[in-house]
Amino acid sequence: MPSRWKLQVEGLAVGFGDVVVLRDVSFRIAAGSIFAVMGGSGCGKSTVLKAMIGLLRPSAGVIHVGGEDYWAADDARRAEIGRGFGILFQNGALWNSMSVADNVALPLRMLTRLDEAAIAALVRVKLSLVGLGGAGGTMPAELSGGMRKRAALARALALDPDILFFDEPTSGLDPVTAKRLDDLILELRDGFGTTVVMVSHDLPSLFGICDDGIFLDAGSRTAIASGAPAMLRDQCQQPFVRAFMTRERPPDDGEASP
Amino acid sequence: MDISQGRGWAAKGDGSHTVITLFGDWIARRDGIEEGAAGRVLATGAPALAFEAGGLGRWDCALIAFLSTLRDGARQGNVAFDEAGLPMSARRLLALASPAVPVPAPPPEMPFVSRIGRWGVSLYAETLEAAALVGGTGLRGIAALRGRSPMRGQDLLDCMREAGAAALPIVTVVNLLVGGILAFVGAVQLRRFGADVYVASMVGVAVVREMAALMTAIIMAGRTGGAYAAHLATMQGNEEIDALRAFGIPVFDVLVLPRVLALTAMLPILYLYGCAMGVFGGFVVAVATLDVSAVSYVAEIRLAVSGNQFVLGLLKSLTFGALIALVGCRVGLAAGRSAAAIGRAATHAVVAGIVGVIVLDAVFAICARALGV
Repeated sequence: MPSRWKLQVEGLAVGFGDVVVLRDVSFRIAAGSIFAVMGGSGCGKSTVLKAMIGLLRPSAGVIHVGGEDYWAADDARRAEIGRGFGILFQNGALWNSMSVADNVALPLRMLTRLDEAAIAALVRVKLSLVGLGGAGGTMPAELSGGMRKRAALARALALDPDILFFDEPTSGLDPVTAKRLDDLILELRDGFGTTVVMVSHDLPSLFGICDDGIFLDAGSRTAIASGAPAMLRDQCQQPFVRAFMTRERPPDDGEASP
Repeated sequence: MDISQGRGWAAKGDGSHTVITLFGDWIARRDGIEEGAAGRVLATGAPALAFEAGGLGRWDCALIAFLSTLRDGARQGNVAFDEAGLPMSARRLLALASPAVPVPAPPPEMPFVSRIGRWGVSLYAETLEAAALVGGTGLRGIAALRGRSPMRGQDLLDCMREAGAAALPIVTVVNLLVGGILAFVGAVQLRRFGADVYVASMVGVAVVREMAALMTAIIMAGRTGGAYAAHLATMQGNEEIDALRAFGIPVFDVLVLPRVLALTAMLPILYLYGCAMGVFGGFVVAVATLDVSAVSYVAEIRLAVSGNQFVLGLLKSLTFGALIALVGCRVGLAAGRSAAAIGRAATHAVVAGIVGVIVLDAVFAICARALGV
């Protein structure tokens, strides 16, 4: 049985020249959990995500994926580990020149040796899992915002990932559509046992589905709290975290207005 | 009794119902999907399907694909499908993978005649809009010159710097080279007649009358016209133009007028500069490679190039400048709101600008001939 930690981040730091974006961020993500990376705007949430999915090399620190040092691996090995990742970008990032079905099929065509019939069957089942069973032939531009997110989720599922990364999955969606997407994420996690990492500041979504998380602070550029979002809301001693989780202004709010 | 089996499954049945035993790993990426497996189970003709999954290993979408095809087939054939023997997680995913929401159908294709009609109407509308743009520029331009326009002087100066001084390096390089090339090409022909010295008049007339105006305009269509379109299209996408409109700030005066005035004013100046560069390029080549002295080159140029030719060139540059700027602004303002629309707008503005400049140049050539210039 492998370790119960799917992802371990130790002492992660990211900087560009003299600018420090993140310092000394450490956390562990249990296999099969839904983990939230929280924090206000500009605190480096997306930077953590980029370091985890291989888009941004950290300046210090170690990221272990399933026990393996991700950034110490060579490019080929890192790409291989990355095939176990499914990523849902903030605006879907669907390839607009291809139909929805081709969007899902492309990773299967490029990265597996499956024949077209098998790919077609897999694409069908993945689209039906996200509720887009009949939409394979449509172009991304013809879809609504919620449907685009679902199509992008089907694409993220293309290679049956071990870890799903979500960058602000519910941003730009109305509450009902956002709730549907949350439920879908839960169903997929329960069904496949996938580990889910989501960057979000959508409170209902955080309280609704996340088991664990960290809270990054824009001032100190590091994590100032960790735990399940609901726990942070009820028990965290940090005034800013409490304020964030309850959508209040912090007691020492220096800014006159946002 | 064994009825049928495949990779990862075996079906046993007694005629009244079939039990499918699932075992081993079902990993789509590694093992693929067994084609027709579900069909073979259904072909046994059992009236009910049940499952036994005690030996099931790791599984992913491969299993769900098999089960959902089986379930949908069973539903169609009125075969009972008992999922009680499946792992809970697989049952939840199976429930998720039900046939889904209908997707809006694409609009029906338009008949040929309607398409022609629609094309004609849009062409008419576009012509009207272009005419309004030209007329508006004229009227607002006059108002601006009288100081009665909300156009900001700073905007105009910025646009002039961008369309003028900032373009000098590329205008220099291109015109120098064009002048040099003309001298080379001319020299090959003229040398056969021992008329080397006339290379100066050839370069002079060609540069002043045609090439400096044309090449500079083409450069500016690519450089500035494209940039205007891309900038306005970006503002369109960011709703910046909507914000101006919502305030009641005249978009035309703030965005279009400074650009059109700047390029119309700068292109003639760049043309004059381009003439000097072109003549100089020809000079370098003629003196370096032909039997022409510096003094005779200059003397010959002064003889050959008349003031009328400069007037023609300046007039052309003025028109080219206005055309390029108007096309760039028009395309930018009419662009869509997506990121891809910005690229399309830039390309469209460059192509339309260059083609427009060359067509206008041909019109000028005909007029000049008729007038005997």
